[in-house]
Amino acid sequence: MTAVVDRPARPVTPVDQPKPASRTGRAGDVAAHLFLVGWAVLVTVPLLWAVVSSLKTDREILTSPWTLPAQPQFDNWSRAWTEASIGSYFVNSAIVVGTALVLTMLLGSLVAYALARYTFPGNRLLYYLFVAGILFPVFLALVPLFFVVEQLGLLGTYPGLILVYTAYALPFTVFFLHSFFRTLPTAIAEAAFIDGCSHAGVFFRVMLPLARPGLVSIGIFNFLGLWNQYLLPLVLNPDPDRYVLAQGLAALSVSQGYRSDWSGLFAGLTIAMLPVLAAYVLFQRQIRSGLTAGAVR
Amino acid sequence: MAAMRHGKYRFLAGAILPGLLLYAVFVLSPYAQAFYLSLTDWTGVSGEAHFVGLDNFRRLLDDRLFLSALRNNGLMLLVVPLATILLGLLLAALVNFGGRRGSTALAGIRGGEFYKIAYFFPQLLSLPIVAVLWQFVYHPNEGLLNGFLRAVGLDALAHAWLGDPALALWAVMAVLVWSSVGFYMVLFSAAMESIPRDVLEAAVLDGAGRLATLRRIIVPLLWDNVQVAFVYLGVLALDGFAVVQVMTAGPGGPDGATEVIGLGLYRSAFTYGKFGYAAAMGVTLFFLTLAFAVIALRASRRERVELS
Repeated sequence: MTAVVDRPARPVTPVDQPKPASRTGRAGDVAAHLFLVGWAVLVTVPLLWAVVSSLKTDREILTSPWTLPAQPQFDNWSRAWTEASIGSYFVNSAIVVGTALVLTMLLGSLVAYALARYTFPGNRLLYYLFVAGILFPVFLALVPLFFVVEQLGLLGTYPGLILVYTAYALPFTVFFLHSFFRTLPTAIAEAAFIDGCSHAGVFFRVMLPLARPGLVSIGIFNFLGLWNQYLLPLVLNPDPDRYVLAQGLAALSVSQGYRSDWSGLFAGLTIAMLPVLAAYVLFQRQIRSGLTAGAVR
Repeated sequence: MAAMRHGKYRFLAGAILPGLLLYAVFVLSPYAQAFYLSLTDWTGVSGEAHFVGLDNFRRLLDDRLFLSALRNNGLMLLVVPLATILLGLLLAALVNFGGRRGSTALAGIRGGEFYKIAYFFPQLLSLPIVAVLWQFVYHPNEGLLNGFLRAVGLDALAHAWLGDPALALWAVMAVLVWSSVGFYMVLFSAAMESIPRDVLEAAVLDGAGRLATLRRIIVPLLWDNVQVAFVYLGVLALDGFAVVQVMTAGPGGPDGATEVIGLGLYRSAFTYGKFGYAAAMGVTLFFLTLAFAVIALRASRRERVELS
């Protein structure tokens, strides 16, 4: 410890510190805030612009892009919901993602738990087999996958999408929950076994409740991942009646016929964003901590 | 433990088999088939596939559009992760350590929570929806970006962003960065919060400035997160399909300027029915991704900094 010797030569006590630093600190604060505000503007303005535009007439969008709508045009929204089928795309998304999410969580946690807490021949092999799926780009599988789904007669059906979504969500779910189940204490599980609990009983009644924080994290992660699917439905879901939201909206914006209806497209875009925004406003803390906990460990 | 033995294998079978079956049918078997298909001339229609060896790969090397796809994906692989991580780190550091409270030099900035909430949102939107939004932003006449430039008198800077071969790819990359920065900012921010205060205060007491503290102490402690972020973002950049497919018209934007491997694959398979050829692109993309992940994890391996 040389601190005592050093002190007279280099006084860096908290009392001395603020004086020289405070002026550059003040300027630094302003710069920091400017930078942060700048990025906030960059993030929010395009989103707000889309929402405001969805309430304008096409004329207003073209002639006065910076003003609020003179009269909010809510019929843009109803036109998008019914005529442009945003409503049915929405329902399709909800059905497919909801079911796939439940299935992913159930199957994923079972596999992860079995691999994390039991020793048996082939355990490591199975683990790596599952986790390898994280590395492989979906594009590699795309062509054969199309024919697998077609041969099973599942092309363009809800079950087809649900099963494929689940299968592709499994690798990360297993990987994440595997490490989570490993960290749970063994004592409680052993006590349950001694009390005569079955293997399945220990899993459902003891380990799953203990793993709740991990399940919530990966659940949110999976929900967003599944909701964001685009490539899989694009290839496996050719029937326009079964389009999921992102797929349907993208198809609308690409199709030449709808290009002229700017206000309708903005309305569709806003409808597509609003539920996510609403969920985020309500659960933003859980969503952010859940998603980042997944990556930080 | 005798109690644990009872019914162990029956439980294990019940727990693993359903997931494994689904995974084997829809993930493992397609991946395995892809390698064989890439060596055939399968067009799907005749149902007959002839083995053609490495023919498809040889043709890929002469495919002008595929070569631009390789070049574009390569550039995206460099630019998107670097820009996103740097911005994410900077914003996270500003929010966590940009403020000051009394004599504490490294304090959270006022309103930090608001910034995290706002920045994170684009991450929740699916990429095709983000792409539709930015298609409007970039629109040459009615778009937000040109409208803004004209409003502030910078008419000369207004461009047909997605129609100009020199700009289109950068416009697409900007969208990817825009949508990802918030997530990585929050991620890095959470990691920064877990750094013990006394480590940072010790650095400040030793006379380290903010930049030095960030570079020498905070970033090394976050290195695991940065590495993970780099791999995730690299995979995102090797894809690029959704934004390109929705935002840029025609095959791969103006003059193939935004062509990416995924788009070429999708077009070859599902527009032209050249399934064997498309599978070869998939295999190429797989090896590129694998090589990238290995290189990224090895090159960025550093001595782990442990706190405890």
